[in-house]
Amino acid sequence: MTHGCEEKTPKISFRFNRGQLCLPYAVFLALFVIFPLLVIVYYAFTAKDGTISFANFVWFFTDMSMIQVLLQSIAIGAITTVVCLLLGYPVAYVLSRIKSHRRGILLLLFVMPMCINFVLRAMAMKELLDMIGLLGKYNFLNTVIGMVYDFLPFMILPLYSVLIKMDKSLEEAAADLGAGRAKIFGSVIMPLSLSGILSGITMVFLPSMTCYVISDTYGNGKLRIVGKAIDKCFGQNDINSASVIALVLLVIMLLVTLFTGGFSKNDNTRGVEL
Amino acid sequence: MRKFWGFCIIVVALVFVYLPIIVLAVYSFTESKSLIWSGFSIEPYLSLFSSSELINMLVNTAVLALLAAAIATILGTIGAIGIFYNKKILGKFTSAASRIPVINAEIVTAISLAFVFSFVFLRGTYFSLLIGHVVICVPFVVLSVLPKLKQMDSSLYEAALDLGATPTQALFKVVLPEILPGVISGFLLAITLSLDDYMVSAYNKPDGFETISTFVYKALAKPRNAALAELRALSSIIFVVMVIGVLIINFRSGSKYKKSKIKENRR
Amino acid sequence: MEKNKQDKIIELIDLTRKFEDGLIAVDGVNLYVRKGEFVTFLGPSGCGKTTTLRMIAGFDKPTSGKILLNGQDISALPPNKRPINTVFQRYALFPHLNVYDNIAFGLKLKRVRTAFESKGCKPVYKMKKLSKSEIAEKVGKVLKMVDLEGFEKRSVSTLSGGQQQRVAIARALVNEPEILLLDEPLGALDLKMRKDMQLELKEMHRKLGITFIYVTHDQEEALTMSDTIVVMKDGVIQQIGTPTDIYNEPKNAFVADFIGESNIFSGTYLGDKKVRFIGQAFDCVDEFEKNEKVDVVVRPEDVEITDAESGLVKGKIINSIFKGIHYEMTMKIGKTEIVIQDTVEKEVGETVGIRIKPDNIHIMAKEFSSNKYDGYITKKNTVCFGDGEFECDVCQLYDGSHLDDEGYLITADGEKIDLTDLDVKVEVGLKDIEITDDQEQGGAIGNIVSIIYKGDHYQLIVRTDENEEDFVFDTEDTWNVNDRVGVIIPKNKIKLSLVTEQKK
Repeated sequence: MTHGCEEKTPKISFRFNRGQLCLPYAVFLALFVIFPLLVIVYYAFTAKDGTISFANFVWFFTDMSMIQVLLQSIAIGAITTVVCLLLGYPVAYVLSRIKSHRRGILLLLFVMPMCINFVLRAMAMKELLDMIGLLGKYNFLNTVIGMVYDFLPFMILPLYSVLIKMDKSLEEAAADLGAGRAKIFGSVIMPLSLSGILSGITMVFLPSMTCYVISDTYGNGKLRIVGKAIDKCFGQNDINSASVIALVLLVIMLLVTLFTGGFSKNDNTRGVEL
Repeated sequence: MRKFWGFCIIVVALVFVYLPIIVLAVYSFTESKSLIWSGFSIEPYLSLFSSSELINMLVNTAVLALLAAAIATILGTIGAIGIFYNKKILGKFTSAASRIPVINAEIVTAISLAFVFSFVFLRGTYFSLLIGHVVICVPFVVLSVLPKLKQMDSSLYEAALDLGATPTQALFKVVLPEILPGVISGFLLAITLSLDDYMVSAYNKPDGFETISTFVYKALAKPRNAALAELRALSSIIFVVMVIGVLIINFRSGSKYKKSKIKENRR
Repeated sequence: MEKNKQDKIIELIDLTRKFEDGLIAVDGVNLYVRKGEFVTFLGPSGCGKTTTLRMIAGFDKPTSGKILLNGQDISALPPNKRPINTVFQRYALFPHLNVYDNIAFGLKLKRVRTAFESKGCKPVYKMKKLSKSEIAEKVGKVLKMVDLEGFEKRSVSTLSGGQQQRVAIARALVNEPEILLLDEPLGALDLKMRKDMQLELKEMHRKLGITFIYVTHDQEEALTMSDTIVVMKDGVIQQIGTPTDIYNEPKNAFVADFIGESNIFSGTYLGDKKVRFIGQAFDCVDEFEKNEKVDVVVRPEDVEITDAESGLVKGKIINSIFKGIHYEMTMKIGKTEIVIQDTVEKEVGETVGIRIKPDNIHIMAKEFSSNKYDGYITKKNTVCFGDGEFECDVCQLYDGSHLDDEGYLITADGEKIDLTDLDVKVEVGLKDIEITDDQEQGGAIGNIVSIIYKGDHYQLIVRTDENEEDFVFDTEDTWNVNDRVGVIIPKNKIKLSLVTEQKK
């Protein structure tokens, strides 16, 4: 607080104050993040000739194939998120409770694959599925496997970073007070790791709804998700339709963010503290 | 018993993560479009390093990642210091706006940038590609640096001023060394993010320019005449480099851990 | 106290610091410090002592007022331009630098005016950096002074608390500041260490001869080390004086209570250097107006125990604790308790007498004899004051008046008056206020900000949030500081008077 006050007094001849340092970044964000999003909104509400129009929305919400794509995307996103959570939580928990220095190495083992380009990893998983004969038969299942394969680390990391900070004696205290395993998990560990769960959901849900690289790779090109729909419109130079779909995604992002705790959170969901 | 189950979970998860990569690595030593063993060969490796197209793509991706990460690190470090010390509206705006590229769908970020660059006829230039990569990297640099600023004893800056440093000197001589670990990890994170990006590259890259992501995606879409065997070789090389990295870190952290244990015991 | 102006190294004039949330941390402080003095700002946390220090250092800017250094206003000068150095509370050593580089930090930034010979004419002056050898020499000297020779290459994180403390002091002193500021520098050390460092700091001050301004909440530390103590509370200076002055002649009950242990009683000055408290007239040395209500301070060590018969007052010992050098005993005289320190123990239950020498009885004007407020009458014939609304008897404003059915006041002459919005003076006695946990029940709501034990009762101050109105009153009940309470004043205890015409 005192810093803030210190800088307010105008007569002080400090050459700059530290708060002003966010100016370049603020300008950058305004130009390349905020303004582009406004452009999306603008295009979504205009027709090809530039007049204000709701035709794009009418098209989006009446075209059965579009609705189907959206619902299919939400289904893939939701299933991927749930599977990642069910797989990632135990892993993150076990990792966070390892006491030796091996913990860092094991965590690294889960994070390291992120260094291999995700398309290359998708290729690896695709070829494995091909080898065991799943490819081409179960497009939806394969796509979910592919998404989980790609996004699992993004679920493990935020969960791990919350669980590692949790005071271990809380569990002992709960056990001491007579709580069983299930009770300890349900009434102590789970509620305390909620913020990690929510960050994990943010990191997995929306990307798995839109990452058409993966659905194309595993779905044999037959499974369309919203990301692909945007790509298609963009490819046909139909920027208004592309914008309307992007706007729907923005709204979904907003809803997910509100649900998971807003813009205020500043956790580094991709960073690792070893 | 509990330990045993924990062990099982970790092993199963690691198999899930690594099996595809290892299988791919094994089959990188045979010449075949699909995973059929047709005799040992190092031909894929030779052709990976002799194909100018592939080498070009790799160099492009690496240079782009280094440039984008460097810009993002400078911009993000300054930005994080600004956000941390600016408790007013500008700081709050910057902090909130900085979160958007993190949570937004990458494809939305990508096409919105493409729209904006097409206004100024810069779409599909190296500039638009670079800016796009900075956009997706810089918030993570900020997120790496901010916690270091929070951990820092707030009187260090004042102590520097007290000893005669100007605000600029205090920033460079005291604040920067303190947050350096965050800056470095932000830089490394930015490199991996840039290397991993597909969406922003796909919609903002110049024609004929390929990054690993766009190249492999194309190869997968048209497997018939693609250099899949070479890509397998490439994955295997990255994998091996990665494993060596893990081993080095393992060795170093192991000795560090022992040292800290010894220190603890002394007390 | 008026000294030569040259003597004052630093002077604070009407110094005020208001934070953005409205809190006034420092409220019109006037003070000067003489060259070479060891001055301590003493007070409880939140009293404004650290904020004052930060303004002298330059980390905080005063909202109004001036800071004069050698007669020149430096309030606009940034900290790096002031010839003042600080030893921080948690040392603030730079973790990335070793001991040597921490200490040399300031020297490396320093530019000195150096004379250069130029072809027989006048010498030319240029700003020059200190040379490596000059820096090494200065650092070596200061390291020797703080007994840390040979520690140059050590990382600061490997040092103990006491060693870090020494490095912090060395780092500040090496710049040869005119004033050294110390912000609770010993707070993080253990008791033994603290005692040693107190003496060392005092010795350093004696040797160096520079001005030390020290901030602490530890009264013992302040008494041990300082030439002058400045006692602060709520951003206001309560008393400035030498340790002896402050201890022996506290200006008010707060200072008496804060410095050392003390018995504080309510008393009445009887005239002829006699004061009556704990049910007995005592001889004293101070003079007050006859029958004036006063606070009487007696230090526990100044109470002499005698036989039950030969004392001025007798009472029963109800408690005794061995404190190492002396016994601390509590004696009950009627309803009043008095704390006594003596090397001879009296049995609990024993009846003894006490005597107090006249010059050990310190008398202070009572801070509050009653609460006075400005208020106004509402439509409902209640009165608003002190951020609250209370039932009252409005008829006392006019002798012989009464209220009619509609709530208008009818004076003795039969005149009908609408009292709504009438400004009045309100007075409430110290014994006429009660407080309750049930805040809604009170006419006003506030927090207890001060509790002072006065032998047989406590004097409490309840402060409201909005206008920070204070309700001062006596109670026998035990409360805690920061309790949130409702203030109750019985209808008949609120004394109203009209605002006199002259005042308007």
